Amino acid sequence: MTAHRTRPLRVRSVGTALGRVDGTEKVTGRATYAADHADGVPGDVLHLWLVQSTIAKGRVVEVRPEHALSHPGVVDVIDHTSAPRLVDTENGELAILQDAAVGFRGQIIALVLAETAEAAREGAALVEVSYEAAAHEAELREDNATYRPDSVNPDLETDTFQGDVDAALREADVVVEQTYRTAYEHNNPLEPHATIAWWGEVDGRATLSMFDSTQGVHGVVASLVPMLGVEPDQIRVRAPYVGGGFGSKGEPHAHVMAAALAARTTNGRPVRLAVTRQQMFSLTGYRTATISRFRLGARSDGTLTAIAHDVLEQSSVVREFAEQTASPTRMMYAAPNRRTTHRLARLDVAVPSWMRAPGEMPGMFAHEVAMDELAVACGVDPIVLRERNEPDLDPETGKPFNNRRLLDCLHRGAERFGWDARPREARTQTDGDWWVGTGVAAATYPAMKTPGNLARVRSLEGGGYAVAIGCVDIGTGARTVLTQIAADALGVEADAVDLSIADTRLPSASVAGGSSGTSSWGSAIVAAAQLFRDDHGASPDPGVETTASAEDDPAAESHAFHSFGAVFAETRVHRWTGEIRVPRLLGVYSVGRVINPVTARSQFLGGLVMGLSAGLFEESYRDSRFGHVVTQDLASYHVASHADVLDVDAEWLEEADEIFTPMGSRGVGEIGIVGTAAAVANATYHATGIRRRSIPLTPDQFLDDPGT
Amino acid sequence: MRALDYLRPESPAAAVAALVSNPNAKYLGGGTNLVDHLKLGIVSPDELVDISRLPLDDIQEYDDGGGPGLRVGANVRNSDLAAHPVVRSSFPLVARALLSGASGQIRNQATTAGNLLQRTRCVYFQDATTPCNKRVPGSGCSAREGYGRYNAILGASDACVATHPSDLAVALAALDATVVLLGPDGERRLPLAELHRLPGDLPNLDTTLGRSELITGIEIPFSPVAALSTYRKVRDRASYAFALVSVAAAVHLEHGAVRDVRIAWGGVAHKPWRAERAERALVGQQLEPDVIGAAVEEELENAASGDENAYKVTLVRNTTVHTLLQLAEGHR
Amino acid sequence: MDSQITLSVNGTSRSLTVDSRTTLLDALRERLGVTEVKKGCDHGQCGSCTVLLDGRRELACLALAVARDGVEVVTADGLAHDGLHAVQQAFLDHDGYQCGYCTPGQVCSAVGMLEEVKDGHPSHVTTDLEADVELTDDEVRERMSGNLCRCGAYAGILAAVRQAAGA
Repeated sequence: MTAHRTRPLRVRSVGTALGRVDGTEKVTGRATYAADHADGVPGDVLHLWLVQSTIAKGRVVEVRPEHALSHPGVVDVIDHTSAPRLVDTENGELAILQDAAVGFRGQIIALVLAETAEAAREGAALVEVSYEAAAHEAELREDNATYRPDSVNPDLETDTFQGDVDAALREADVVVEQTYRTAYEHNNPLEPHATIAWWGEVDGRATLSMFDSTQGVHGVVASLVPMLGVEPDQIRVRAPYVGGGFGSKGEPHAHVMAAALAARTTNGRPVRLAVTRQQMFSLTGYRTATISRFRLGARSDGTLTAIAHDVLEQSSVVREFAEQTASPTRMMYAAPNRRTTHRLARLDVAVPSWMRAPGEMPGMFAHEVAMDELAVACGVDPIVLRERNEPDLDPETGKPFNNRRLLDCLHRGAERFGWDARPREARTQTDGDWWVGTGVAAATYPAMKTPGNLARVRSLEGGGYAVAIGCVDIGTGARTVLTQIAADALGVEADAVDLSIADTRLPSASVAGGSSGTSSWGSAIVAAAQLFRDDHGASPDPGVETTASAEDDPAAESHAFHSFGAVFAETRVHRWTGEIRVPRLLGVYSVGRVINPVTARSQFLGGLVMGLSAGLFEESYRDSRFGHVVTQDLASYHVASHADVLDVDAEWLEEADEIFTPMGSRGVGEIGIVGTAAAVANATYHATGIRRRSIPLTPDQFLDDPGT
Repeated sequence: MRALDYLRPESPAAAVAALVSNPNAKYLGGGTNLVDHLKLGIVSPDELVDISRLPLDDIQEYDDGGGPGLRVGANVRNSDLAAHPVVRSSFPLVARALLSGASGQIRNQATTAGNLLQRTRCVYFQDATTPCNKRVPGSGCSAREGYGRYNAILGASDACVATHPSDLAVALAALDATVVLLGPDGERRLPLAELHRLPGDLPNLDTTLGRSELITGIEIPFSPVAALSTYRKVRDRASYAFALVSVAAAVHLEHGAVRDVRIAWGGVAHKPWRAERAERALVGQQLEPDVIGAAVEEELENAASGDENAYKVTLVRNTTVHTLLQLAEGHR
Repeated sequence: MDSQITLSVNGTSRSLTVDSRTTLLDALRERLGVTEVKKGCDHGQCGSCTVLLDGRRELACLALAVARDGVEVVTADGLAHDGLHAVQQAFLDHDGYQCGYCTPGQVCSAVGMLEEVKDGHPSHVTTDLEADVELTDDEVRERMSGNLCRCGAYAGILAAVRQAAGA
């Protein structure tokens, strides 16, 4: 393996609308997701069902399996007294069944194995558990979010300070000081998490094989290896098709360990665990609720002099996860005096984790509604306000941005959306029984690459090339765009590339997350392909291969890399019922080069839809008396349906960021969700004159006297 | 779910007999709610008596002693009932109520009787790990002090604040429909308004049906008021969601004044709430916003709510006013 | 209790033994290996398991297999018996999917929905209940709302259904 300094890609297939290479499998249903696998699984599976705690804190006194074991088909009940031991229990989320402690309601406290799914489910219901309950704390409040984490996700500073915010606020002509809230959200990919696991033996060493619904097969291995006390080559994880993740499959959650442990007890018989939709609400991660206290100080023309963003949110005592909610505030707008802080309530609750654009999504909701309030307070158009606060350098690092084109996005969007015709005043437009308004918000997302990616290129008989990297396509189109990148890097047609992904036997790849996948994997593929050509020429013999990683362009050190966007929304609010509709939603993005306009567009639209959904519907209601989320299905946790999504469109600026990646791309997965809820909220204000500062926005918040 | 016996009786009478002989048996119709509950452990019958293939799937006009009407078999699927030409022309509120419920797929599966007998979507009722008096009598009500957005504002009790989820039942309540029942002692007819009950101290009982009684059909009387009628459902999502509140309304105007009016509400109570006080207050009146609003407020005199569902009082008022104004303009 | 039932799955008669508790979805997936029918929620709240039963779109998760003895099941894969179905081709043409998990259900739902439109069934957004149905964008959206897509591919699905409806 060699690290290769890549050269910019000569694009031919990249930038074209190559159809998804796995489309037929998907529209026919032949694509096999984790729970679908039968081929490659040695023998009939045993069905695994989880028993979850019904207290939020305390300890399990006794697990009585007798009734469960007497149910026909039930094979075994495993609890903390009988589960295989882990050699490392530092990851409190994954270290299940190692002791009697209960850290949150819904925690896995026993496992039931049975010959059928029906028997496993009933067996789990028949397991009797007695507890010693302790008082718990499960509510995020302003007065209990006092814990200062050492860093926030992924490894950012907890707090930042520049200048003197308090003095600047005292001297400001205009001050906006408000608190904004975002709800608990659950990722809810349509494919529930699932794992098939079995243990075997090769050369006297135990091996664990898995089909798992994950955003990163190598990440699963990396998490399990120290805990199970095995070497990486003793675990193989595959994930050929994954039905969405949105962050919830970014790291293995406790159910993966449950499958691994249960399978250890079955003498090689495979175990299948299909997590239920309800169980996903306590076991597979979620986005913390956030409380953002914003203070903006500005001169009368809207030029910012101070930006302060103090965040309160929550984590779990079981494992820490600190959402980086204020991180975009550090780089978004110019202002000499700045402050960002994060404080957590450490609660006896399920473990929060990544959800699409962690940090940016809730943080930019708060920031962009605050900016809208500042625009109103100053009597300045919201786009003009943002023009006036455009920084010359990254306010956080002092480095120049590579291609900061926020204003281009705003201007292009304004033109398409017809922003000029917008009345300045709120509550001035109606159509029948509907108040009508428009709103705008900015979006941003950092360009990220993850180290540790390797790709392999091998020449085949007949002129084709096998390209391999162990990344996962969770629906983003990775299979398709990596084929295009490989084709261009090798200078061949896309159909000459035979791409293999989603298997830990392939070269190591980072997680499909943080909008970093294509940048990270694609760079490795370009490195391997270029090195292959350098070493083996244009007409290599079949069977020669090169494995390589990409080395960063040194120019990257001196730049700040972020994508930008502008979201425009039109909303209608029914004057009698408060119902909210979004007839138009437009995002314009600057993301570097778009590798495939079809799959990128779908990523943008998907982000916009998820942002709309967060803005209007999504809320996980945790009942703090019990400690768990009680809106734990898709009938009570609403995500946007077809009828909610009207005219949604996205476009992007033509550009290439060749310092960041040889492809010129920066990533497209998250930015669509950023700012979208703010644009919708700002438009509901413009429609009704009613300012709401928390999401979701729901009909009951817009009920006022409809007049006649 | 526990192990189950399965029986497919040959006749309605045999179905009733099966339930008489096994106190732990339940009827299985379209299954769209019961299968849900079996999986969640909300109900645990040991036998299912499958009535879905009984010949109760006709829609026929009748004209007997009580006047003409439409008789709908218990097994008629929701989608077929909504698409029936007579329903669309003579009972638009019934078609609209059905079409606002669930999804196209579920409407193809769910039956007429099953729609009426579906159970509350209160999140605590559906979570077998939390107290719920409806699921486990005497265990307590988690909703009263908990997630309250969907809670009842009318007719609730200390024991239960759940709402009834059926849209069809609300429309039928407005039309004075009748439920045809078969029990061990033969057939009887029950006004739909008396089918569902308020929770009181026995919230485990959704209806007044005897345990083995089988709904074989419903009868909807033709009436002039039904022709100008509609169903308005307000929900968080634009589709595929249960009501925050809903309004079934029908009006018969003569020279601009109300001759007959029907108002029933969903999402506000343990049963479809027929707003009879509001109806009485409107007879003889012009349909003006203030007049309707005042009539509705009379009906809401005893509304009781907490922080999370207080909005329903305003919402059902506004929605009723708006719906009746729309009807007065001829929109149905 | 176990029962012997027969299902016609994509034109092939399949006999199997099912527990009375077994849903049609689990019977297809677990007993018959018909995994193109997906389980997204198991409670009728997402539409991923939509199949055509005796020609109508229904949810396999809410049907007990024993109660559907004798039914004709057509799945997304079964629609592709002679090359892709027009609806499937339209999903490809308009990128009406991303992860693909809800897609077989979306496809079956669209096929069933277009039949309902042909039969003149009204919907929640049909203005005149007695007039012929005109398949507007809003009609498609409403009629497809029982199929959630978390990837948010609704715009592509709408375009796909419009294309297939015109075909």
